Amino acid sequence: MPTSQPERPDPAAAAPVLAVEGLHITVGGGRVEAVRDVSFSVHAGESVGLVGESGSGKTLTCRSVLGALPPGCAVSAGRATLSGTELTGLDRRGWERLRGVSLGAVFQDPASYLNPSLTVGRQLAEPLRVRQGLSRADAHRRAVELFAAVGLHQPEQVYHRYPYELSGGMLQRALIATAIAGDPDLLVADEATTALDTVVQAEVLDLLGRLRSERGLALLLVSHDLAVVAEVCDRIVVLYAGEVVEDGPTEQVLAAPAHPYTEALLRVASIGDWSRRELAVIPGRPPEAGQAPRGCRFADRCAHATKACTEGPVELRPSGPDRRSRCLRAAELTLSGTAPQEVNA
Amino acid sequence: MSAEQDEGSALLRIEELSVAYGRRGGRPGRQVLDSVSLQARAGEILGVIGETGSGKTTLARAVVGLAPVSGGRITVDGAQVTGLRGRGLREFRRTGRVQYLFQDPLRSLDPDLTVGALVAEPLAATGAGSREQRADRAAEALHRVGLDAGIADRLPGQLSGGQRQRVALARAIVTRPRLLLADEPVSALDASNRNHVLRLFDRLRDELDVAVVVISHDLSSLAGIADRIAVLYRGRLVEQGPTAEVLTRPLHPYTALLTASAPSVRREHSIHAGQLRPRADLPGWALEQHQQGCGFAARCPFTSDACQVAPPTVGSAGGREAACHHASTWREQLAAPALAT
Repeated sequence: MPTSQPERPDPAAAAPVLAVEGLHITVGGGRVEAVRDVSFSVHAGESVGLVGESGSGKTLTCRSVLGALPPGCAVSAGRATLSGTELTGLDRRGWERLRGVSLGAVFQDPASYLNPSLTVGRQLAEPLRVRQGLSRADAHRRAVELFAAVGLHQPEQVYHRYPYELSGGMLQRALIATAIAGDPDLLVADEATTALDTVVQAEVLDLLGRLRSERGLALLLVSHDLAVVAEVCDRIVVLYAGEVVEDGPTEQVLAAPAHPYTEALLRVASIGDWSRRELAVIPGRPPEAGQAPRGCRFADRCAHATKACTEGPVELRPSGPDRRSRCLRAAELTLSGTAPQEVNA
Repeated sequence: MSAEQDEGSALLRIEELSVAYGRRGGRPGRQVLDSVSLQARAGEILGVIGETGSGKTTLARAVVGLAPVSGGRITVDGAQVTGLRGRGLREFRRTGRVQYLFQDPLRSLDPDLTVGALVAEPLAATGAGSREQRADRAAEALHRVGLDAGIADRLPGQLSGGQRQRVALARAIVTRPRLLLADEPVSALDASNRNHVLRLFDRLRDELDVAVVVISHDLSSLAGIADRIAVLYRGRLVEQGPTAEVLTRPLHPYTALLTASAPSVRREHSIHAGQLRPRADLPGWALEQHQQGCGFAARCPFTSDACQVAPPTVGSAGGREAACHHASTWREQLAAPALAT
């Protein structure tokens, strides 16, 4: 088949692995819109972080990409494509062809995704036999290789362990092995390190970063923790009350946020300065799904809001090369980020 | 003299506490805490950090008589609580002088009781006052944690996670405890709510002059409020001291690994976690399951033959303590080029 694309395309120029365009998701059987007009893309070898508080729509967005929206939730507009396959409107068969082949995922609670009465090795080997048609011996060998690839020590022994015999970190590694077994284009990690101990979390984040660079995986990381996203992601998409409020390259967004909500998130995040004793909070609460005001959804919690902010919907507009912000005052405000700033003592 | 003052001012004293589960007859059981000594003064917040299985929850449970203590003693406000059984233990609990705050407020709050009833319940257990007086105290406790009086008629299921944890906190302070034990009080909350609840702890310890022990696996939660931090590893106290000093200049390699592993939006750690992970050529004895020496040896890049003997807890200036043979030398080894290769 003739193709104009080179074997290993430049990530920026090539078509993205995952493209989400104008995604709307309704909950409660279509009555309430919980995600509005979300667009972003993830290229091969790139990691993108979706970050926001509970109720920001980050999990719904991620679940729609996985074809695993909870009952009563549906994509009402927009589209998502994965490696050229249209995801919206895909039937059960279509999803099954994608999952484990183009698409891998890991979640917060690894133990609940494993069968407690089968060894972890068997749970990895079985799909290898079914999907890739490997023989029993080959599947076993491949499973052990995968366990080694995700940094499990003594993978041959781990193969014969039951889930209860492994720690949370080991289980999460085993699930990552399962997720990458089919050599997917996209790996989705939905709060995948949230329940892990600090040291193990750092190890698993390192592992995700390594898999991305070694295998050219596109990584979509969903987290409520800005610090976790900052550690692994090239790009960051900040969600608030179902909308993208800011996106851009992680370093730039953190150094100088272009939306007051990002600034607020940064203030409450762990900043790694242990001698600082300041516990900032974001006043108020995000609007309930479907109760969002007409204007800027963050306006009532925002220190910089003016009358104009509440008058009408605010568009997501470019706030610099490769950056967007949904703030009317993005250009005039100087928001504090992690970049060194003059201190008003 | 100064030692006596110390004795008087510490509200919670834990001395060489050991806990073993499954001890029966002559069998030693599984040692979960090994000779841990800690103190907390009134108005002080002590942070206890450690990974899953480090014994941090067991430590708190031992204080309220929920763990099988095999050695050492615990005193609260001068009264010994280790060895309390039956009626004695029940009476001690009913006084409400010690309150225990659980991790998951959704599961620790009775879903069929209103917030008002939940908060007043511990008072009913102490038998204090009339129904009206208890309702007043409950309202006052809700006010203290920053919740509206109107919330008293709601059920736990109708509250947000942050509100639920504040209700649990109101329930804990309604008996005016002298000691508050909080086990992972904020791990289920997002960053803003987490800080909100942490700030409450910070305010309440002053207002109520209560000693607070906050248990967490998350350093950043503790960094904001704890006066002192104690680090547990596999049932042993490996380091303790003033928060800022322990976190910025740890004495124990495990504490250093913890601080270097904590995710941050700004990379300021001088040491990278990768530098503190164990090297491949660990001595064979370190990998043995039940070795007698330092419990961290199998995960420590600085393990030497000296570590076959469990390191004693050594105090140093500024109220700091660490249990590591290499506490004063590992940093130099970190810089040594031999380790970089």
